[in-house]
Amino acid sequence: MAFLTDRKRATGMGSAKTGTGHHWQMMVTSVALLILAPLFIFTFGSILGASYQEVIVYYQRPFPAVVAILFLLVGFFHYRLGVQTLIEDYVHGFARKAAIIGMICLSYAAAAFAIFAIIRIAL
Amino acid sequence: MADVNRGNRPLSPHLTIYRPQWTSMSSILVRITGNALIVAALMIVWWFVAAASGPAAFATANGFVTSWFGDLVMTLSVLGLWYHLLGGLRHLAWDSGRLLDVDKSEMAAQMMVVLSVLLTVFTVIVL
Repeated sequence: MAFLTDRKRATGMGSAKTGTGHHWQMMVTSVALLILAPLFIFTFGSILGASYQEVIVYYQRPFPAVVAILFLLVGFFHYRLGVQTLIEDYVHGFARKAAIIGMICLSYAAAAFAIFAIIRIAL
Repeated sequence: MADVNRGNRPLSPHLTIYRPQWTSMSSILVRITGNALIVAALMIVWWFVAAASGPAAFATANGFVTSWFGDLVMTLSVLGLWYHLLGGLRHLAWDSGRLLDVDKSEMAAQMMVVLSVLLTVFTVIVL
């Protein structure tokens, strides 16, 4: 039998004290995505299915290119925060840490590939 | 006392014993749609990288993304994205202190389902 008091067991097990920053970043990115997501759906959706030449010409225009860059940049950052919450809720121990690190790396890598590709097409 | 019921209390969210209701189901669906969007997102990233790489790579990626399977993923993802967007709108409303009553929150959930389907139909027709 352990002789720990309830108080002693609870100490240090509280909040991570960083939730406010996470929540605020979620709010900012979700407001941005409220505008960016519809713009991306209709710009990307209108060119998907076209030929290679048409796609290249389309994404050399500033508006569709910047919409795509902003949507994928902000979207993957929003995803990186959301998937961390998902993992924290269902995965425990070492697997949790590994999964969070893995998904954060995947999010930033995907955003970097997308942005590089769009800039390369546009320029 | 200090030695009672240590660490084996039931933990939220009690999913296995919880009666399904509009508020919980719509919230779970926001999480599922948001995280499932990674599939379409990675396909789109592949599509852009292929377009930047050249016509041969683009033909492969574009062929996959516009195949029946790609169309299925993209259409479901449009539905998921609209639903998740409306869910985010509800979160922003909650954060501002609105829609917090149960009946209003349930109505918002029903609106999310209806509007996401209507917006998806609209999107598919327009595009």
